[in-house]
Amino acid sequence: MKAGLYFVDGGIACAEGAIYAGCRFFAGYPITPATSIVEQMALRLPQVKGYYVQMEDELASMAAIIGASWSGGKTMTATSGPGFSLMQENLGYAYLTETPVVVVDAQRSGPSTGQATMPGQQDVMQARYGTHGDIAPIAFCPWSVQEMFDFTIHAFNYAEKFRTPTLVMADGEICYMREPLTIPKSSAFPVLNRNRFTKSHPRPEEIFLRYEMPRFGDGHNLLVTGSAHRPNGVRDYTPTFHRATIEWIFKKSQQAGQALFEEKLDLEASHLDSAESVVVSFGAAARPAYHAVQTAQKNGVNVGFVRLKTLWPFPEAHLKALLKDIQRIFVVEMNMGMMVHEVARIACQADVISIPKVAGEVHDAKEILKAVMEADAV
Amino acid sequence: MNKSENKLGKPQEYYRERYLRNLPTAFCAGCGNGTILNCFVRAVDALIQDKQLQHQNLLSVSGIGCSAWIPSPHFKGDTLHTTHGRAIAFATGAKIMNPKLQVTVFTGDGDGAAIGGNHLIHAARRNIPMTVILVNNLNYGMTGGQSAPTTPLHVQTSTYPKNPETPFDLSQLMLGAGATYVARWTTYYVNEIVDTLKEAMIHPGFSFIEIISQCPTYAARFLTEFQTSLTPKEQEQFRRQPGAWMLKALKGKKTGVANGHPRYQITLQEKPIDLGVFKQERRPTLIDYLQGLWNNKGDA
Ligand SMILES: Cc1ncc(C[n+]2csc(CCOP(=O)(O)OP(=O)(O)O)c2C)c(N)n1
Ligand code: SF4
Ligand SMILES: [Mg+2]
Repeated sequence: MKAGLYFVDGGIACAEGAIYAGCRFFAGYPITPATSIVEQMALRLPQVKGYYVQMEDELASMAAIIGASWSGGKTMTATSGPGFSLMQENLGYAYLTETPVVVVDAQRSGPSTGQATMPGQQDVMQARYGTHGDIAPIAFCPWSVQEMFDFTIHAFNYAEKFRTPTLVMADGEICYMREPLTIPKSSAFPVLNRNRFTKSHPRPEEIFLRYEMPRFGDGHNLLVTGSAHRPNGVRDYTPTFHRATIEWIFKKSQQAGQALFEEKLDLEASHLDSAESVVVSFGAAARPAYHAVQTAQKNGVNVGFVRLKTLWPFPEAHLKALLKDIQRIFVVEMNMGMMVHEVARIACQADVISIPKVAGEVHDAKEILKAVMEADAV
Repeated sequence: MNKSENKLGKPQEYYRERYLRNLPTAFCAGCGNGTILNCFVRAVDALIQDKQLQHQNLLSVSGIGCSAWIPSPHFKGDTLHTTHGRAIAFATGAKIMNPKLQVTVFTGDGDGAAIGGNHLIHAARRNIPMTVILVNNLNYGMTGGQSAPTTPLHVQTSTYPKNPETPFDLSQLMLGAGATYVARWTTYYVNEIVDTLKEAMIHPGFSFIEIISQCPTYAARFLTEFQTSLTPKEQEQFRRQPGAWMLKALKGKKTGVANGHPRYQITLQEKPIDLGVFKQERRPTLIDYLQGLWNNKGDA
């Protein structure tokens, strides 16, 4: 869509962000709440000489976007919990082979088919630990339609910059919701292109452990494998080689964490001056949480607010510094309490109180307010 | 004739230098996978010499299993060695994003017909231009000789004392799924494999070549009917060199000609298996369709 102001749902915003970022290949399999992303990509990609391919399942979707990325394209898929589970093995392949791809998970209430179509935030740990083996993900978490657009572009940028898969951990609520969306003029929003692979590198035969991404068809005789490998791609199970690969994956995530902090994409905080307690939340849950904080402030309760914009790498140093003198931390999330354990891990002296929500509902601001006020009264 | 020159063309060094990486093979002695790599390299060379193909556009994609190791790491060209069963789905993305690539998928009978069977039928149905070489060694070789969807009925494997499942006829499956080029050979028919590969690799659509291959380490154990037809001395030789002797079981009798290629029939167990080129047809590919959509301009 042209630059301008629109009133659209989060799914369309996500798809438009992808097109803006230069995505030209999308493979998917229909699942609500990701359907509007899929359909918008199907509509829009042919208009920009791109490819939308409907695959036979999510295993295939994940596989196809990896293959297409090695053919030089910026690629994406979008799904929800059941499909995200099916993608895990091939997602691990993308981490090991350092393949830039973007995966959007419009989370819904599980486990299993659960309350199909109703929102949830129960995949946040699957994003972190879902695939077998050691990985270090980069996962954005939008809370508005505008952020569905913006964060999808960031996801592409980080995927390209660090030559890694990135995740957009959206949820059903944000996908369905309609809000104003501003699409900036082309090139007004920074878009990073792929770090081009050239043979002028000091170690030209090495195709891994570097940021430049080679592509098929350029005569490099690439050896790409999901087995442990030397930097030139030859399969090799020697511990030193595999250790170097895994350490490199973790190093990139650490560098990404620093970059996210510098770009103010890790978290946002407000009302922290002289706050004794803080509400921490993310995604759709952060909307009622923010409302509760504003109401509490009006009622004279000094409670601060922190919203995670990226879940992984967990912005631990930044959060730790912000929460240093806080007495009580409420963690509001649409699951039985997942990110609360990450918060508890870095909370120094504070009491950490989980405010969970399951069963396909977004919190009511009142229940968050009640918990905050009651704790304050004690 | 040069000493190292063989019936299939140029000296072996020629192919090795041009098309193979200098890495040790992991295949068991007598395995059919090496034969298939040799055939592939000869077909590729012929097409390159004929200017029908460019070396740099060759992409080999494989899944997991012994057969997946045929191109990776041995073939000197772009290779994508993927996860178990998913090679065709990876290949679909790679091919569509860059249609200039000539994509060949190497898959096993377990990889391509069990865990990855769904991707196989849908790629055939969509007519994605790629060549799938399915190495049917009648079992799961890499994991140690378990029953596969292709294992003959009633033979003993490492998981079933008497395999209860009726084997899949994969060429029939591909005909039903809409593959536009379908052929089946055994590793005995090397010239036929090279000839059909040369056709399949430039076929504008989905091509499928099933190659029944010897797995002397595991599948040789259950070729009992073949073995009982041998003299005691031959049976002893079979036990010593199962690869070479399995090739004899993979040799059939000529039954005619079809689609410009000879037809043969082999009998591994009770049921005869037809070999030959079963189909050669043209219809639009998915890429034709997707690129056709580009003309309907919207606001970009
Ligand atoms: C998801 C998954 N399941 C199981 C395996 C283990 N596995 C590796 S190879 C193989 C069988 C391969 O058989 P086939 O495709 O027939 O290839 P062959 O070794 O016979 O050539 C299996 C089951 C795996 N790697 N991944
Ligand atoms: S196990 Fe069988 S298929 Fe695998 S390399 Fe050995 S002989 Fe070949
Ligand atoms: Mg097999």
